Amino acid sequence: MLELINISKRYGDLTALEPMDLILDAEKTCVLLGPSGCGKSTLLKVALGLVRTDSGCVRFDGEELNENNVLRFRQRVGYVVQDRGLFPHMTAEANVSLVARYLGWARERIDARLSELAELTQLPRESLNRYPFQLSGGQQQRVGLMRALMLDPDVLLMDEPLGALDPLIRSDLQSDLREIFRTLNKTVVLVTHDLHEAAYFAGKILLLCSGRIVQQGTIKELLESPKDPFVTQFISAQRTTLTGDES
Amino acid sequence: MTRLTVIVLILLALAFTPLSCRPTGIKVGSKKFTESVALGEMIKSLAEDAKVSATHYRELGGTKLVYQALLNGDIDVYPEYTGTIAEEILGTEVAVSDAAMRDALAARDVLMSRPLGFNNTYALGMLKSHARELRIEKVSDLVRHPDLVLGFSNEFVDREDGWKNLKRHYDLPQRNVSGLDHDLAYRQLKLEAIEVIDVYTTDAKIGIYDLKLLEDDLNYFPRYDAVLLYRADLATRFPDAIDSILRLEGIISETKMMTANGHVELHRVSETRVASDFLDEELGVTVEVEEETVAGRIWDRTIEHLDLVRKSLIPAILLAIPLGILAAKNATFGQFILAIVGIVQTIPSLALLVILMPLMAYFGLASVGLGSATAVTALLLYSLLPIVRNTHAGLQGIADEYHEAAAALGLPPLFRLMQIELPLASRSILAGIKTAAVINIGFATLGALIGAGGYGQPIITGIRLNDTCLILEGAIPAALLALLVQGGFEISERFFVSKGLRLERGA
Repeated sequence: MLELINISKRYGDLTALEPMDLILDAEKTCVLLGPSGCGKSTLLKVALGLVRTDSGCVRFDGEELNENNVLRFRQRVGYVVQDRGLFPHMTAEANVSLVARYLGWARERIDARLSELAELTQLPRESLNRYPFQLSGGQQQRVGLMRALMLDPDVLLMDEPLGALDPLIRSDLQSDLREIFRTLNKTVVLVTHDLHEAAYFAGKILLLCSGRIVQQGTIKELLESPKDPFVTQFISAQRTTLTGDES
Repeated sequence: MTRLTVIVLILLALAFTPLSCRPTGIKVGSKKFTESVALGEMIKSLAEDAKVSATHYRELGGTKLVYQALLNGDIDVYPEYTGTIAEEILGTEVAVSDAAMRDALAARDVLMSRPLGFNNTYALGMLKSHARELRIEKVSDLVRHPDLVLGFSNEFVDREDGWKNLKRHYDLPQRNVSGLDHDLAYRQLKLEAIEVIDVYTTDAKIGIYDLKLLEDDLNYFPRYDAVLLYRADLATRFPDAIDSILRLEGIISETKMMTANGHVELHRVSETRVASDFLDEELGVTVEVEEETVAGRIWDRTIEHLDLVRKSLIPAILLAIPLGILAAKNATFGQFILAIVGIVQTIPSLALLVILMPLMAYFGLASVGLGSATAVTALLLYSLLPIVRNTHAGLQGIADEYHEAAAALGLPPLFRLMQIELPLASRSILAGIKTAAVINIGFATLGALIGAGGYGQPIITGIRLNDTCLILEGAIPAALLALLVQGGFEISERFFVSKGLRLERGA
């Protein structure tokens, strides 16, 4: 479905991504896991063609991404960011329907799709008339998700979609999201630094460190046979916190 | 997109709908001193007496400017002085014969009337008391007082027949010479800030301020016989009118002119009334004088002022926003364009007007007069900087996250600009337009220097007649208009800036 072949990226002396391949299978959820600065967000932007790489290429359904097809490609990919993704000068509805309006969808078609998505994301329909600043963090994320799903994309890329939320709302949205992923059967790539979130969502986890994929596999493989001291360190750091919380 | 088109069309219509037809009859000009204005009024009335409509562009900025307007055909006739024609306009020797002068002018399709009767030459003046104290009678006496403070009108300082050669002719030692506005010079003299000034010999202020005119004992000052300069084509376009106007030849003596000047400056009689009284008395021509009420006058000036503002501000907005966008999109071009509009802002206004005049004439546009292209272009240029800068800054200030989110949605650059970037920058752009509008309204008062009318007109006249009320008649409405426009922009924020942005900070 989505293939990143031999891509690498440097910012001056700083290596953001070491040369790597990333193949994403259709209708599977994959989590990019790692501490901040490990390159996981950059990887997502590379996949969208937002960051120009130093080497390699991105292929979507076998077609290589270039300047001419990148806009069309992006319309087939939904992208949700942590925060500040919604345009503050537009109502939630205008944010969600922006691309559809650009593509010249009829009013009825837009309305029908909005209702569908509002139901899917469990957002009260009247919230759609509000401006982003009038919405709670959780509602904003639901609107962001609606916007990403508006054109019924094949791929959904999510960059820390739950990062800015407080714990209760977070757990609510987490279960809703998993439900949505299951219903939609889309290729989903989710970026997080949270091991538990990764375990909650994904069959396949890629653990990144300093622009390098350290290990990929199921949560079980990561826990039981870590390939690198960093994997052990990353896992135990988050486990300790958890036991601390529970005691 | 459609809404934008509608707004742009409305703005264009607002900017370019002609307010009134261009005057069809004779266009009379005058310089910014009482005598010239009064003569201008006489010319206008005489043209009208021959059943030709006439417009009077009063108080134009200076000799070069008025003469240029005559050559351009923006005015048809104006009162001038032979000395000025020889020195300033033709740049020849003062002693040139009338015939030679006529020939030189005729080569430029300009005709000169016979003298109107009075010689209004330059003279040096001092307060009588002060002159007596220092025992100064004639110009050559000044040699004995090297410390005297001289204050001359800017024109006099620069002119060929002015201070430069006067100093050489009499071998005058004074170093302390400043150039200032002629009308301010009298007040400075009264305040003893300066001791010697230049005056015109028919100036009514000579009496008011009790001045001693210093005798030109070495015969420096040339003759300044008042004449009319008019376009040669006037004889074919309006033969009756020019015959009527030329009835002024030889009938105005120095005393009559000084009296007329005095009526205006001492007794606050309007130039129109003085001119009509004179024509009635001398030629038996009756002219109906419509005395304007203060309210009517302010209303007329307001319309003229708004006319200048709309014609310059609206095109400036439509030009500056795209420039600001280009500047934001291309760093090199941005540096360049910001530098250019910045430099334009530093050009002194009178200089800009003089630079633009021949340019406007070259393009066949009205270079002087109501709503003239010169004034409009100058104002337009002055209005660019705040809008360009704020558009640039507003677009540069948009957070990367929004750029990224917009790009990730697969929207093309132009759509992103129109739907996301410009709306996000709208508050900043509107603030720039607001600043430009306030600057524009203030600068528009300078339009009066080239007969463009507006609130600057009563301000110039007020300074000339030393009439504070008249100055305020221009200054107060200008300030009020600026406040009003500022308020209007606050309100228009509701329309142009999204509620989501306006309320964001309060939330």
